[in-house]
Amino acid sequence: YINIYSGHTNNWAVLVCTSRFWFNYRHVANTLSVYRSVKRLGIPDSHIVLMLADDMACNHRNPKPATVFSHKNMELNVYGDDVEVDYRGYEVTVENFLRILTGRLPPSTPRSKRLLSDDRSNILIYLTGHGGNGFLKFQDSEEISNVELADAFEQMWQKRRYNELLFIIDTCQGASMYERFYSPNLMALASSQVGEDSLSHQPDLAIGVHLMDRYTFYLLEFLEDIHPASKTNMNDLFKVCPKSQCVSTPGHRTDLFLRDPGSVLITDFFGSVRKVELTMETINLTDPIEQLESGELQKEMHTYADQLPVSEIIHQKPKQKDWHPPDGFILGLWTLILLVFFQTYGVKHLKHIF
Amino acid sequence: MGLLSDPNRRRALISLLTRLNTPICIVCYMAGVAWFMGLAFEPFTLRTYMSENAMGSTMVEERFPAGERALATGREFSAHKKRTGGMPVEWLMKTMQAKGLEVFTQRFSRTLPFPDENKERYMVRGTNVYGILRAPRAPRTEALVLSAPCSPGDNNNQAVGLLLGLAEYFRNQIYWAKDIIFLVNEHDLIGMQAWLEGYHHTNTTGTFCHSRGGSIQAALSLELSSDIITSLDLVLEGLNGQLPNLDLANLFYAFCQKIGVLCTIQGKLQRNDWDSVSGYSHAVQTMMLMVMKQASGRPWGDHGLFLRYHIEAATIKGVNSFRQYKTDATTIGRLLEGMYRKLNNLLERLHQSYFFYLMPSLSHFVSIGYYMPAFGLLAVILLLRALDLWVQLSTPPQRTEDGVTDIEPVRGVLSLLTPLVISHLTGVALYMLPIRFQEMAVEHFPVSETEAVVLTAIAVYTAGLALPHNTHRLLSGEGTEQGWRVLKLVAVLYLAVLLGCTALINFSLGFILALTLVPVAAFVTPHVPKVLSAFILVILSPACTLLFSVFFFQELQEMPISFQDGWLLFLSVISQGILDHSLYGSLVYPLITLLVYPCWLLFWNILFWN
Repeated sequence: YINIYSGHTNNWAVLVCTSRFWFNYRHVANTLSVYRSVKRLGIPDSHIVLMLADDMACNHRNPKPATVFSHKNMELNVYGDDVEVDYRGYEVTVENFLRILTGRLPPSTPRSKRLLSDDRSNILIYLTGHGGNGFLKFQDSEEISNVELADAFEQMWQKRRYNELLFIIDTCQGASMYERFYSPNLMALASSQVGEDSLSHQPDLAIGVHLMDRYTFYLLEFLEDIHPASKTNMNDLFKVCPKSQCVSTPGHRTDLFLRDPGSVLITDFFGSVRKVELTMETINLTDPIEQLESGELQKEMHTYADQLPVSEIIHQKPKQKDWHPPDGFILGLWTLILLVFFQTYGVKHLKHIF
Repeated sequence: MGLLSDPNRRRALISLLTRLNTPICIVCYMAGVAWFMGLAFEPFTLRTYMSENAMGSTMVEERFPAGERALATGREFSAHKKRTGGMPVEWLMKTMQAKGLEVFTQRFSRTLPFPDENKERYMVRGTNVYGILRAPRAPRTEALVLSAPCSPGDNNNQAVGLLLGLAEYFRNQIYWAKDIIFLVNEHDLIGMQAWLEGYHHTNTTGTFCHSRGGSIQAALSLELSSDIITSLDLVLEGLNGQLPNLDLANLFYAFCQKIGVLCTIQGKLQRNDWDSVSGYSHAVQTMMLMVMKQASGRPWGDHGLFLRYHIEAATIKGVNSFRQYKTDATTIGRLLEGMYRKLNNLLERLHQSYFFYLMPSLSHFVSIGYYMPAFGLLAVILLLRALDLWVQLSTPPQRTEDGVTDIEPVRGVLSLLTPLVISHLTGVALYMLPIRFQEMAVEHFPVSETEAVVLTAIAVYTAGLALPHNTHRLLSGEGTEQGWRVLKLVAVLYLAVLLGCTALINFSLGFILALTLVPVAAFVTPHVPKVLSAFILVILSPACTLLFSVFFFQELQEMPISFQDGWLLFLSVISQGILDHSLYGSLVYPLITLLVYPCWLLFWNILFWN
């Protein structure tokens, strides 16, 4: 029995742009392009955590304020008028990012800033910025390493915070960021291999900066053809931006993923698809609804690890230990006592014992 | 035992040092000069490249349209300038206000220590007019400056016209993140000095500036005197030989290449044939022009005074010569627009590229790490001589009477102090007397004030040559063998420290002084033939170095002059040096009079020790 269906019931997206300053305009445009696609395919703002490290739309140097363009000649404004940025400016830090993923946020954090996923959530994580071999730079002042990221995903797995997770990264040497993953059900894509730089795509002369990175540009082109009912699968996503277009070699990693990538739909991660079944039969609902017998229920596939047994807290009873034969020290002590006894009082009493 | 602590090895080393001292010194000198000449050879230089990430490449779209209108404004400015006979303040204020800038004026007045004959001014009174374009959405924390001088006659009218045209165009754009200050300064450098002092609230010669735009990140000064030009010249050298960050030159060069305007530095066009003799000599000429200009310590454009405030600034001069391809004012406007848009993108001051460099051409440069060894080789000669003298001093003297050896050291110190003090007093006299006694000189001699100052300076300088014969009368006896050695040791070390410090701040000045003074310091002793060495010493003294530099500079600019004109130019250079020192704080004149000249006098003293 091969599970070709994902078994997820809700979709989340965490989209992060980690660099600030006007000349990193393209990273914000990257993130906003993916945001736009993900929203178009159905994931609502309440299920998207958007983190932008700098405000390009309202930067003093932007000749078209309140816009962020992803195509030159100002064809496509990805900022729009319905963008909801959850983490902005200096709030985009490594600590906040890891706290979002693991769920360890202070109680005062509003719901829009939390990743409230459960064990039936498919999560898309998109990172872009400046990176290197094994790290990603946040805000020009700190870094997240690939080990930290892998550990964060393992925490998510242990707390059952995702069903399946797609990780896309568009930075220089991006493939180094997914080298250390070890949790199940992770699929990863990167824009370049270790030792390669990811290049930017096209400058816009009126704005005076590069607008997009190549990988995300072709990714966006690919996603524009996806609609909620598409059956395009991950193998097509792996072919996005070959070396002839991207100059760097995009990479991907599927060995931790339980399903075959050919059976994974793009909309499993990028969209929020609800399957609707039409039925012509009437269904009788008895009143009150009767309980099904326990034998027909499908067995739970996963069990919670018993991290904090409640009984222990309430009753404070020590655990029953199994009986062990007395160890050598006790034996030796008793032998010594016996020998001393017989030494003192004579050997003839020995026959009383044996 | 170690190399230096083993007495046998030490003796061998010392004998090697004393035997080979002169050959090593000569070799070092040749090597230093050869290294310096080799700096202009293209394979030894690096191509210029943009170091600042925020400025990126030249990918902006320049859209400045109104070159002709700018020239018309320039003609209006010229007419009003003729009518008012100076700066047309009201007209400028009205025009700038009409273009949407916040306009302010600053009055200043300055009395020069003596009349400046080159520019014919003595008591200067003027007004600077500046308009601030406020950034539409940014706080008023940073600013850029574009300035054009208001020059008498027909000069720089087009510069002011273009400045006003750009002001109008910039006012309509919304992408400015810094305030832009458009400044028209009167009496070029004096007005600029007054404005900078007023802006930064330092010791002022004028009033404080009423309104500011924040800290200035970069400044460009524009000199344009014709409607169409054939090339643009970049001037980098500022006060005391300070240079702006190389990124500013790189920015200019990048935009010149993008727009297709011919760009030059030192007025010399770039050549591609670096492997031919004429190509190499062309590069050497360009580099020597830069060295000469930097060594003079005067600002060669209105931008030169900004550098002291750590504001990167350069002057762009429009040149109209006989060439086929002409560039109009719209293109120059576009180039400036592109440069300002890129400077707008800066997040911090320009600091990524070099501050100390030499440019044999606009696309190649030599950084401090490559040119310093040339000076280092010359300084090594001084240290070798000092070591040699130290060795000679520490070998016990062959004396028959024992009693004399005891008083030797005491007499040595005394005989040392006298020449030192007297030389420095002469230096102080050379520094202070010319200006102090100009009135007295004018009373007694039929000369103008400027001539009086200069001739007094030369007179004091020449009088210093007579000193050695006089200082000996103060000493109670003749100088000893020990005495002149100690004096020479002190003088050589003093010269080494002096030249080293000078070369750090102004490499060109330090190197030129080292070229002439190091041979003097190396070979002079009381035992060399007196007349010949006296002649050589005078030839290599600072004043004669200056005279030769004047002729050499004219040769490099391909405008050779006759001896009469050269002498007059030399006199005017001295007066300009004194004026620069009192007006802008140039350090060349005090350095030469208070430190270099006394040092040279010490060597003169040693020559006439007996």
